[in-house]
Amino acid sequence: MMNSGWNWFVIIVTVANILACWWLIIWATKNRANESKEGDVTGHVWDGDLEEYNNPLPRWWLYLFYFTIVFGFVYLALYPGLGNFKGFLNWTEVSQYDDEAKAVHEAQAAMFAPLRDLSPEELVENDQALLTGGRLFAANCAVCHGSDARGAQGFPNLTDDDWLYAGDYNTLVMTITNGRTGVMPAWQASLKDDGVKEVTAFVRQMSGQQADSQLAAKGQTRFNTFCVACHGPQGKGNPALGAPNLKDDIWLYGGSDASIAHSIANGRMGKMPAQKDFLTEERIRLIAAYVSSLSK
Amino acid sequence: MSDREIYDDKVVRQFAVVTVIWGIVGMLVGVIIAAQLLFPVLNFDIPWLTFSRLRPLHTNAVIFAFGGSGLIGTSYYVVQRTCHTKLFLPKLAGFTFWGWTLIIVAAAITLPLGITQSKEYAELEWPIDIAIAVVWISYAVVFFGTIAKRKVKHIYVANWFYGAFILTIAVLHIFNNLSIPVTWTKSYPIYSGAVDAMVQWWYGHNAVGFFLTAGFLGMMYYFVPKRAGRPVYSYRLSIVHFWALISTYMWAGPHHLHYTSLPDWVQSVGMVFSLILLAPSWGGMINGMMTLSGAWHKLRTDPVLKMMIVALSFYGMSTFEGPMMAIKTVNALSHYTDWTIGHVHSGALGWVAMMTMGSLYVLIPRLYGKEDMYSIKLIDVHFWISTIGVVLYIASMWIAGVMQGLMWRAFNDDGTLTYTFIESLSATYPYYAIRLLGGTMFLVGMFVMAYNVYKTIKGSQAVSVVVPEPA
Repeated sequence: MMNSGWNWFVIIVTVANILACWWLIIWATKNRANESKEGDVTGHVWDGDLEEYNNPLPRWWLYLFYFTIVFGFVYLALYPGLGNFKGFLNWTEVSQYDDEAKAVHEAQAAMFAPLRDLSPEELVENDQALLTGGRLFAANCAVCHGSDARGAQGFPNLTDDDWLYAGDYNTLVMTITNGRTGVMPAWQASLKDDGVKEVTAFVRQMSGQQADSQLAAKGQTRFNTFCVACHGPQGKGNPALGAPNLKDDIWLYGGSDASIAHSIANGRMGKMPAQKDFLTEERIRLIAAYVSSLSK
Repeated sequence: MSDREIYDDKVVRQFAVVTVIWGIVGMLVGVIIAAQLLFPVLNFDIPWLTFSRLRPLHTNAVIFAFGGSGLIGTSYYVVQRTCHTKLFLPKLAGFTFWGWTLIIVAAAITLPLGITQSKEYAELEWPIDIAIAVVWISYAVVFFGTIAKRKVKHIYVANWFYGAFILTIAVLHIFNNLSIPVTWTKSYPIYSGAVDAMVQWWYGHNAVGFFLTAGFLGMMYYFVPKRAGRPVYSYRLSIVHFWALISTYMWAGPHHLHYTSLPDWVQSVGMVFSLILLAPSWGGMINGMMTLSGAWHKLRTDPVLKMMIVALSFYGMSTFEGPMMAIKTVNALSHYTDWTIGHVHSGALGWVAMMTMGSLYVLIPRLYGKEDMYSIKLIDVHFWISTIGVVLYIASMWIAGVMQGLMWRAFNDDGTLTYTFIESLSATYPYYAIRLLGGTMFLVGMFVMAYNVYKTIKGSQAVSVVVPEPA
């Protein structure tokens, strides 16, 4: 809301400018005594041969001008425009959104009603649930996890049955609802360059890749000091923390020497955003059902 | 007269030649970024060449380098010819040429480096903004000084439009770029939130209105009647559409911010004035086209006139399209789609560039004492290749834009979106290809023009034109 000074300023300036256009066309259609006759040149000459006719304003053009002015006033009477005046239709951009959203939600409620009471097991078998869940996934999740849900660097593959936080229906609902933050701390300061190299070699060896065995042996000692707390003595990870299994040669940030060394030295910060503010509970259920169906 | 006064045409020649060069540069960058949209690999993983940095370089180069040089150059020519006097402070006019050119070079260096205010069409950082303000005010002094010492009583209509363009751009540029410098290459605007957005689009839309419309109408009002050898169609139409145009354009900016956090009343006012703008805009088209009545046969033989009339047609088309797109219901579909890009280019290529090219074809031979351009045939080639290029460009973007708008708003019966964003993107690829073709044709046309200009100028002497006795 504007205070009354600004309110009237807006109203007066807006109306005055539109009325000025109106006055301008009326003024310009009048013939004046000292003017050259219609169809004649005005008598001004520039640059040797530049002249002007004094033709009247084209009729159709005048009517077009009048029409837009009338339209403008009608619009400003119906919709908010003149300062704080709300317009006779009482329309606002927010009310239009609310109306449209309400209509959509009502239609959806009817669609979702039969799915509401299904158990997770039934939901995963239900065609409508999987269809809608898949569409919701495409619109909300595919931007990171990919249209095929196979992920990308930093974004987990959801089709391979390898899970950072477990892939059962209930865990998925929790992950989608509240999001996840997977923190791998940076070890450069503790391990130094040599230590990072050694642990990298050990991790590669553990996952069945080529690695220098001497370096790996040194790395194992360090691993047992620094890494076991989260990744476990066998390196199998810990789903409670989202610490990945290091033995299965499935990599969130890549399994090359350079990329493992980068993860160890600088740490990683994985972020799955919470969806509870964007998606309703019943939609999250359908997405969870769809995602759990992918790795079956 | 005691000593015969000679028009100051050196600065006009300088601006005319660089206009062609900047046209090629700006459109080349446009073609590169159009290709990047189709083949992202053309970024080459080099930060300086990414779309995000080349796009502002493209817009600055075509609007301010190509369009700006064309406007300043022709205005110096037109104001002298229609005031029957030399330029006021010709040395200052010379300074505006070198100043403007250096600013363009500074833009071409800083934008690829990623130095930007992040305000569309006002990306350049504060030291360059200050330089622009200095050069622009110098330009205004020269222009209005020349008007003040004119030897004819009436001010010719072209000068009204050039004058409105110069004054308004000064105000827009200065107020939109008010910011607090932090370092030599970084500043923060003094506005924030919705106010910043509103100031930005008050500037942005009037850059279209006064730079790309009023300025080029000034150009049109001299070169169309000159080339056609016919009087301007209607003096009183000039008066009405001039005053209505400049008073309503000022209000139209909010239509860039429909359905945002801008208050409803501002959006409504912006929409209403955008619609009222239709008739005043068309006034210029009518006056330009009808100037040819009685001389329509010249279109058969004169590709320069053809170019200018096609420019006026595109002007009429895009100034109809603009008010329609400003209607909220239409905008809800068109906003954020490639339709906007199509609309802008029907104005920028169809109107601005074609009018500039037509005017330069009239101007350049006169500046170098030639009857006409080196090859009329090549002008005809240029005309056809660029006309077809524009049509391909805007038609593909129209189709792409409407398609995107419809795909984005399509719902399934379960309330989910029918198409993911990526699907709308991949559906757009064929149209990106057609757009690239259209843009490339337009660029090729500019090369044809450059060759023609080179052959016209080569070996010729700059001529001295005597200012006529007061009329």
